[in-house]
Amino acid sequence: MLAEVETNEQYTGGSQATTFDFGENAFGAQAKGMTAEQDGFFVTGNSFFRTNWITAPGSVQSLDGLGPLFNDISCGSCHFKDGRAQPPSGPGAPLRGLLFRLSIPGVDAQGAPLGDPIYGGQFQEKAIINVLAEGQVWVNYQEMSGLYPDGTTYSLRQPVYEFRNLNYGDFAPGWMYSPRIAQQLPGLGLLEIVPEATILSYADETDSNGDGISGKPNYVWDVENQQTTLGRFGWKANQPSLKQQTAGAFNGDIGITSTMFPQDHLTPVQVEQYPVVPNGGTPEVSDDILKKVVSYLQFLSVPARRDYDDQNILRGKYVFNDINCASCHRPQVNTGSGGAVAALQNQKIWPYTDLLLHDMGPGLADGRPDFLASGSEWRTPPLWGIGLIPVVNAHSFLLHDGRARNVEEAILWHGGEAEQSRDAFKKLSRDDREAVIRFVESL
Amino acid sequence: MKKFFTLLFLASLLLVATFISSCDKKNTEDDVELLKKEALTVYADIVLANYVDNYNTAIVLKQAVDAFVAAPSEAGFQTCKNAWLAARNPYGQSEAFRFYGGPIDDANGPEGLLNAWPMDEVFVDYVVGNDNAGIINNPVQYPNITKDLLIGLNELFSEESIFSGYHAVEFLLWGQDLSTTGPGTRPYTDYVVGAGGTAANQARRAQYLQVVADLIVENLISVRDEWSATGAYREKFLNTFEVKKSLGLIFSGLAEFSKGELSGERMFVALDLQDQEHEHSCFSDNTHNDMQMNILGVKNVYLGTYVSTSGASVSGRSLAEIAQKIDPVKANALEQALADAESKIKAIPAPFDQTILNNPTPVEAAIDALKILQEQLLEVGRAVGAEF
Repeated sequence: MLAEVETNEQYTGGSQATTFDFGENAFGAQAKGMTAEQDGFFVTGNSFFRTNWITAPGSVQSLDGLGPLFNDISCGSCHFKDGRAQPPSGPGAPLRGLLFRLSIPGVDAQGAPLGDPIYGGQFQEKAIINVLAEGQVWVNYQEMSGLYPDGTTYSLRQPVYEFRNLNYGDFAPGWMYSPRIAQQLPGLGLLEIVPEATILSYADETDSNGDGISGKPNYVWDVENQQTTLGRFGWKANQPSLKQQTAGAFNGDIGITSTMFPQDHLTPVQVEQYPVVPNGGTPEVSDDILKKVVSYLQFLSVPARRDYDDQNILRGKYVFNDINCASCHRPQVNTGSGGAVAALQNQKIWPYTDLLLHDMGPGLADGRPDFLASGSEWRTPPLWGIGLIPVVNAHSFLLHDGRARNVEEAILWHGGEAEQSRDAFKKLSRDDREAVIRFVESL
Repeated sequence: MKKFFTLLFLASLLLVATFISSCDKKNTEDDVELLKKEALTVYADIVLANYVDNYNTAIVLKQAVDAFVAAPSEAGFQTCKNAWLAARNPYGQSEAFRFYGGPIDDANGPEGLLNAWPMDEVFVDYVVGNDNAGIINNPVQYPNITKDLLIGLNELFSEESIFSGYHAVEFLLWGQDLSTTGPGTRPYTDYVVGAGGTAANQARRAQYLQVVADLIVENLISVRDEWSATGAYREKFLNTFEVKKSLGLIFSGLAEFSKGELSGERMFVALDLQDQEHEHSCFSDNTHNDMQMNILGVKNVYLGTYVSTSGASVSGRSLAEIAQKIDPVKANALEQALADAESKIKAIPAPFDQTILNNPTPVEAAIDALKILQEQLLEVGRAVGAEF
C-alpha cells in the first residue's frame, strides 16, 4: 500500500513561506509577499541575528552589552545558518548551542520553575573578561545496544553530564537540570498564528479515546501581557510568543537586557561579587531592534518537500500514518488570521506537530518540570525541514540534547505515549523502516 | 528524368544545408562549453592570485609590526598602519569569493577568524571608561600572550574571532575612534616601555599585536593552498563539479555578496541603526575603501581580470564574454549595473561613519544599485546555464 500524494503537500510552508532553496541557506530564505517595510525588517533583523555582541563599552554601541554571563555571543552562533546546533562530541569539548536550564523543587507565583539560588535558571559557561564563568559541563556518552525483532542490531547513546569547576559554590539540594539544544528556525511565524482553538482541539489530556496518546497544552506566563497563556515554543512549549522566546534568549543566552527582561540574569550572590557590571544601555537591545529580529524569525520560509511523489517515500508516508506517528506529528494544519503579517495568514501548512506536550517515557525524561510540563513531557517538535539539517548544519543530531545521531535513533528513543508507535516501527520489515526514515528525511 | 535530378539536387542541397547549420550549432555549443571551462580556470587563477596577495601583504604587515615592536617610533607606527591599509585592498577584493561554502567560509573556513566584526575591544585592551580592560591588562589571568591562548579562546567563542583578525590589529594600531572627523588616535607610545610610554602593559600590548599579525598570516595559508595548482578545492571546482555547478557557486556567491552583505548588512543596516561606528573598519575609518575594494572584487570575477598588488595581472576568457555570446541584452544590462554600482559606491563620501549620520542619500543610491546588480547577476547566471 502507498499513501496518496495530497494536494500541495510539497508546499510545506504554504503558498508564501515555502522555499525551493535546498542548499546551505535552505533555512534562511525570506517568505514572499512582504511589504517594503517588512523587507527592511528582515535585513536588519538578520544582521542582529548573526552578528556577535561585544562587551560594553564598545565602539559599536548598538551591539555592546554582552554578558556578564552568557552561553554564546550571537543568536547565529547556536542557530548557525538558522539551523540546528550539535552537541559536544565528548568530554572537554566546548558547548556550542547546547544549554542547561536549572531549577530547584517548587514554582514561583506565575507557575515558573524556581531557579537555583546561586546559579539561577540557566547555567552560563562563558563570561566576559574579568568575570568568572559559572563552570563547565562535560558530556560522556554511554552506548546501549538493542535488537530489532528481525535480528538487526542497533546502538543508542545515552548522554551523562558532569558539571565541573563550579565557580560560585555548590548547587542547592534537590537541584535539577534540563539540556536543551538550539533548534532550527524555519516556519516559526506560521506556527505562531495557528489558532489556539486548533491546538486545543488536539488535546486529550485524559486519553478519552483510549489510544494511549494524551496531548496536553502547556500554560505559561506571558510577561508582556502579565497573564497565563498557551505555550507554543521551546522544547517544553514554555514560551507563549516568538517575542518572549527571543527576548528570553537574548537575556539568558547572551546576557542582553530588553524592555521585557530589563535585568541581567545575575543572582544575588553573583551581584554581591560583581556589584558593577558593564552596561551596554538601558535596555541593551532596543525595542526597535528586538522587533526586527522577531520579524526576521517570523518571515523565515520552510523548505519545500523533496521527492514527495517518490514511490518509496509514499510507502514511508503510508507506514508513518499507519503506525500512528501522525497522531502527534500532525501533518497538516491551517494558520489563522492573527499576527501582523498578511502573507502568513490563512495558509495551509505541513509542520508535522500538534504543538502539545506528550509523555515520552523515562529514557528521554529530564526530570525537571517546566510550568505544566512534567519531567518526562516534551512538546512534539515540528518535523518540517528536518531532512535538510545535514545540508545546512553538516550533522544529523536530533532530540532535545542531540543524543540521536540520525532519524532512526530518534525514533528508537521514543517511549511513553509513543512506545506503541516505536514498537510498531521496530516490527516493520527493514524496507519499511527504511521507507519511514526516507519519508521523514523528505520533510 | 531531368525533373527527378533537379529534385534530387535540391534535396541534397537541403540536406547539406541542414548538415552545415547543425554542425554550426554544434560547434557553437562546443565553443561555449569550452569557453566556460576556460573561464572557470581563469576564475581559479584570479582567486589564487588574490589569495597570494592577501598572504604577501599580511607578511609585509607582520614584518612592519615586528620591526616597530623592536624599536617603537612614530615612523614605524605609520609604516604598520600603511601596511594594514595595503593588506585590506586585496582582502576586500577577495571577499567576492565568499558566500558559496568555498574554502574561505565553509564550516571550517577561517573567515570568522580573519574578518569577524565587530571585534570585542574590551576583551583586548583599554577603552574609554575602562583603563584596565582587556587581556593585555590582565597579567594575572593571562600571564602569557601566545598564539595558543588566542586560538583556545577563539575555539571557546564560536570561531567568530572577537580577539584576533584584521580588525584586532586595526584596533591595536588606531585605537577607538572618538572623533567625528577622523580615525582613532592611539599614540605609538602605547608600545614604549619605560620613559615616554603611555597606557600600562606596553610590552604585553606589543606581544598581542605580534601574535594577532602572525595569526592572520597563518589563517591565510590554508585558503591560498586550497586554490593552488595542486590544491584540493581547485581540483574539485574545475574537475569534479559539473560546469553548471561551479558557475552556480560563482554567480550565487556574487549575488549574495552584492545584496545580502554589501547592500544589506554593510549599508542598509548601518543607515537603519544610525549608529556612528556600525561600520566595518571603524577604528581606521577605512570603510569607504573596503566597499570600493568589494565591488572591484565582483568586477574582477565577472570581467575575468585581476591586477595584483605587484602590478602583474591575470586575465583571460571571462564570464562576461560568455554572457555576451549567449544573451547580449542581459550581458549589457549586467555590465551597466556593475558600472553603476561601482560609481555609486565611489560617490559615497568618506568617512562613512559621518555619512551614515548626516548624508544618507548617496548610501541609499548605492543600496539600490547593488540590489539591481544582484538581480542582473542572477539573470545572467541563469542565462549562461549556472545551476543555483
